[in-house]
Amino acid sequence: MIKKELGLGMLLVVIAAITGAINPAFLSLVNLLNMANLIGLFGVFALGEGLVIITGGIDLSLGSMFALLGVVFIDLLTTYQVPWPFALLAVLLGGLVLGGIQGFLVTRLKMQPFIVTLCGLLIYRGAARYYTSDSTRGFGYGDEAGTLSSIASGNVAGIPNTFILLIILALVLGVLLHRSVYGRWLYAVGKNEEAARFSGINTNLVIATAYIISGGLAGVSTVLFVFYTNSVSPSSFGNFYELYAIAAAVLGGCSLRGGEGSILGIVLGTALLQVLQNLVNILGIPNSLNFAVMGTVILIGVLADQQLQARRRRKVALASVARTTPRSASAQEKSAPPRGAAVVPTRTGDQA
Amino acid sequence: MAEILFELAGISKSYPGVMALDDVSLRVYRGEVLGLIGENGAGKSTLMRVLGGVIAPSEGVIRIGGTDHARLTVNEATQAGIAFVHQELNLFENLDVAANVFIGRERLVGGPLKLVDDAQMRARVTPLLERLGADFTPDTLVDNLSIAERQLVEIAKALSIDARVIIMDEPTSSLTISETERLLDVIADLKAHGISVIYISHRLGEIMTCADRVVVLRDGRTVGELARDGLSHAAMIRLMIGRDLKALHTPPKRPPQPGGCDIVGLVTSAFPDRQIDLSVRHGEILGLAGLVGAGRTSLARAAFGIDPLLGGEIRIDNAPVDVASPRDAIRQGIYLMPEDRKKSGLVLELPIRENVTLASLLNYARMWLVSSVDERKVAKEQVRRLSIKVASIDTEAVTLSGGNQQKVVLGKWLSMQPRVMFFDEPTRGVDVGAKSEIYALMRELADHGVAIVMISSDMEEVIGVSDRVAVMHEGSVSGVLERPQFSEYNVLQLAIGQALETVEAAAP
Repeated sequence: MIKKELGLGMLLVVIAAITGAINPAFLSLVNLLNMANLIGLFGVFALGEGLVIITGGIDLSLGSMFALLGVVFIDLLTTYQVPWPFALLAVLLGGLVLGGIQGFLVTRLKMQPFIVTLCGLLIYRGAARYYTSDSTRGFGYGDEAGTLSSIASGNVAGIPNTFILLIILALVLGVLLHRSVYGRWLYAVGKNEEAARFSGINTNLVIATAYIISGGLAGVSTVLFVFYTNSVSPSSFGNFYELYAIAAAVLGGCSLRGGEGSILGIVLGTALLQVLQNLVNILGIPNSLNFAVMGTVILIGVLADQQLQARRRRKVALASVARTTPRSASAQEKSAPPRGAAVVPTRTGDQA
Repeated sequence: MAEILFELAGISKSYPGVMALDDVSLRVYRGEVLGLIGENGAGKSTLMRVLGGVIAPSEGVIRIGGTDHARLTVNEATQAGIAFVHQELNLFENLDVAANVFIGRERLVGGPLKLVDDAQMRARVTPLLERLGADFTPDTLVDNLSIAERQLVEIAKALSIDARVIIMDEPTSSLTISETERLLDVIADLKAHGISVIYISHRLGEIMTCADRVVVLRDGRTVGELARDGLSHAAMIRLMIGRDLKALHTPPKRPPQPGGCDIVGLVTSAFPDRQIDLSVRHGEILGLAGLVGAGRTSLARAAFGIDPLLGGEIRIDNAPVDVASPRDAIRQGIYLMPEDRKKSGLVLELPIRENVTLASLLNYARMWLVSSVDERKVAKEQVRRLSIKVASIDTEAVTLSGGNQQKVVLGKWLSMQPRVMFFDEPTRGVDVGAKSEIYALMRELADHGVAIVMISSDMEEVIGVSDRVAVMHEGSVSGVLERPQFSEYNVLQLAIGQALETVEAAAP
């Protein structure tokens, strides 16, 4: 399990080293801190996406959720002059509620996650554009949320707060996923929902919780992005961001079939994606190739991982054959004579 | 007699440690209905798979039209005119009737474009459906058809490839009485057209109605053949049973204690018009016998909260208990060892440790954080107690043998406090050694006061392990046998829905 993360970490180091060798500006403090900020921004909601993917689902609605929650957030602060703690609370609650609705549709009404969240993507985006009449919302010259703004886009000893927040959230979720009862249930449900249900686990609640957490983290990300860009244009804000999250999770070892993945992997996946983007700029590769580079790396990464896993599985299978063969042979010797009818099985159907 | 269509001579099929078929010979004549009967696992399905080319026999010859084959391929079987109407119908529900009949042999138009010629296929299927008396058209979606109608589609498919023999495996198991009668009419019509039918069924009444000849299998061997005029229920049952059962029964250490689990008027979704009444006392093993599909698994699923109860209730020690979900059932101490352990019992990719504690993880957690010390202790204890043969508790369950996997599922429940346990086919696919270990564990549990219901299709197991046997037939309990009444004959009588002739006659 941990091998995958180790490989990913090494890949990250190698790529960074090569890029740094070609262009030392890559390793400059300014560039590194800038990357850390972006990793923080994109990592927070990738964590939530990862949880949803571990259930065997997917959340396509995140980018649109940012737009909808973002315009509401700015409107609360500027138009309605709501004190920032309440506005923050409203956005976080909004994310949780939207996640809850999606979780409900997926578990109770048995709808496919892809469809539910695709519809979410369309609906939230449409709602955001209608709400603002398609106009960009931003902060005026007033200082509506100075405190929050300085928290969200500030830094401690030069390290961006977004990155610090990502580390904190990753630690909390890491404990939740890898040490808590809920995390164990999440993996069990993702791997084999039926066996989990037969073990008395409330599988619907476990899955819905993953969507709720993802929604909540989307709320957090909304606030971070709003203060990163200082304005929200409802038709483009957060476009495609859910795909970054899915890419990061998959690159970090989550399987879309569910039941696999780790928090460390997701964080490393996010970091790798941001490094790649940065590398495109630094090495003077045409910016238009950005997505193509990203796509190629993910494709190769997942392919390599699959090949390695298949090899490992073959090895395990061979080992278990070697282990069981002598034992079953001796069991047969013991039970074969005398040639009694009783040893002949009374069922034959399932051997075939 | 009439022309021999084909002949199986000296067919054997062995699996490691298992003789599924042992020197079976069978002839099928043109235009006859051959009844093929035997208990669950007598080798009927294996024999038909040999005939259909799905599996190759280890020994023996298949003779078709004067040519000997060591084995058939599926294509050869089809070319020889052998067609199946499967127990689980193999149709594509999303396609229409004509497309299903011609699946894999689609008529094409448009030359190089290779377009599917729906019109031609439908035109060809229409007369077949008319001949079978079907009242649906070739362009009906199979999804909209009843099971009886789907069977007609399968038969139409057989006719469209000019089948000379149609094998029907338990064709009436989910049909109503009138649908069954219609099917029997269709069979008579096929026969009149010179097409042979191999009719496999547990329903001896239907066999009596339609078969010209009956072949009985037992333990992979042909044990008798009855001609039309020699057919009777008694004669058939006598041939189906009658082997020596190895005595396995370990009597309980003490008599069953008062109290236990009462299932009162339970209605399951599988048989919404039947009620089930069943009692199992603390300290006893109640065998639950019956034919495949008699509703035993549905009962266990309902009692464990997987499927909803449509009526009735479950009481433990006379107190009604709520089993709306498996979680509720587990809270009440009702546990289920499911039939398909790989699908429902285990998360195969997780280590043994996590499988053992999956249902009780909160007991080994503080503030929802798993204490790995406690968890490992419990897992190790179960591995030792159940003597699960494994190098480490961190081994993935997928690498274990069937018997050891079953023990892991058992360990999951034994790490808690069982009061009532349902075992659904507990030793299916388990080797002989592990089997007796599982029996011993069940007895040990019973002796500790657990009420045990053991669903089994293995007659030896039912008679050898149980303290009492309840038999189910088509969704309700058709009778309960005490130990002195135990016999294969009595179980089978009840399983096919006949009343016991006389209780006295059953004494061993």
